[in-house]
Amino acid sequence: MADEVVLLDFWPSPFGMRIRIALAEKGIKYEYKEEDLRNKSPLLLQSNPVHKKIPVLIHNGKPICESLIVVQYIEDVWSNRNPLLPSDPYHRAQARFWADYVDKKVYDLGRKIWTSKGEEQEAAKKEFVEALKLLEEQLGDKTYFGGDNVGFVDIALVPFYTWFKAYETFGNFNIESECPKFIAWVKRCLQKESVSKSLPDPHKVYEFVVEIRKRIGIE
Amino acid sequence: MASEHEEEVRVLGKWASPFTHRVVLTLKLKGVAYKYFEEDFANKSDDLLKYNPVYKMVPVLIHNGNSLPESLVIVQYIDDTWTNNPLLPQDPYERALACFWLKTLDDKILPAVWNACWSDGRDKAVEEGLESLKILQEALNGKRFFGGETIGMVDIAASFIGYWVDILQEIEGLELLTIEKFPKLYKWSQEFVNHPVIKETLPPRDKLFAFFKASASKNKDSTA
Repeated sequence: MADEVVLLDFWPSPFGMRIRIALAEKGIKYEYKEEDLRNKSPLLLQSNPVHKKIPVLIHNGKPICESLIVVQYIEDVWSNRNPLLPSDPYHRAQARFWADYVDKKVYDLGRKIWTSKGEEQEAAKKEFVEALKLLEEQLGDKTYFGGDNVGFVDIALVPFYTWFKAYETFGNFNIESECPKFIAWVKRCLQKESVSKSLPDPHKVYEFVVEIRKRIGIE
Repeated sequence: MASEHEEEVRVLGKWASPFTHRVVLTLKLKGVAYKYFEEDFANKSDDLLKYNPVYKMVPVLIHNGNSLPESLVIVQYIDDTWTNNPLLPQDPYERALACFWLKTLDDKILPAVWNACWSDGRDKAVEEGLESLKILQEALNGKRFFGGETIGMVDIAASFIGYWVDILQEIEGLELLTIEKFPKLYKWSQEFVNHPVIKETLPPRDKLFAFFKASASKNKDSTA
């Protein structure tokens, strides 16, 4: 029986990008459905009634929500190719810890950078750079956080790179000069087709952020 | 798997914390022996700073020298390592659903209910707390426990709702989790606190009451 896999997504969402990469890594064919977040489809509202958010993966009619949980689910179901998580429980737990750290820090701080000004923005920039530096330390000398191939933490983190142009422009700073190892890791990830084909052009994301700032009245 | 005498399991925690409780309860349900160390936040131990340099918070699990912070990361690790009495479903879809509720508890439900407890009855906070309890009751879906017939990881993660909320709502004179408002969730909380293993792990009610009452007064004094 062929699997039916549908992804409800929104093109600039780093959370959606995570799932696109995981599906590509596993070679899974799926139907991509673009959601209009100002006019959410009945399918989305029914599939994620608690949070009403994308991304949602629908596998043979059953919805799974929350991007890292979806990636874990993809790993569990299609376990015979390209493992995304270590098999050892302690290393697996560490991968979950760092992916959770990305969730707690990178998204919120990034958002503060492009929505705030003055002292609040400066504080967010400082914390953001510290977070990237801590992640650089975790990477160490490895090619990827996952070792020889992209893994759970790489997948959790690399999508935010598409928002860096927006953060840098509105935050007036340069991420590569602060965290060169981080950007070197990004470039290695982008050499993988599963990553490069899953991520939008950072210029397009930047233009999208310009639009939103106008819409929500930030100047 | 290493034999018992080779395992060294330590927990750094705080007795009043529901997050520490998650770890202690999970170890008890798995029958894993451990040593417990009570942290004093006014004077954080060298171990805490060494084993959780990122957040410097409890709980922290140290297993044979390997450390892990974050209660949900820890309990999943315990479940992966000691495979008796599995606390998460084996089926990938059911497991993903359980993990969804773990995340939703920490991201949405617990913060909303906690805020409602300390809100001085402010309408919006209480309303959001009640809405979260409604969502949680729906997740229970008529089952005895979130894990089905037996305790699972979502039950463990929801210990704040099962035990702590009753104490906090009494201190603050609020009615959040009551048999009238949420009969099924209330019934679950009674099953939870009377479960033979769980009840041995819960901090004594009178001690918790005194602890939170004192911190409530301190907060009110500082905002007065």
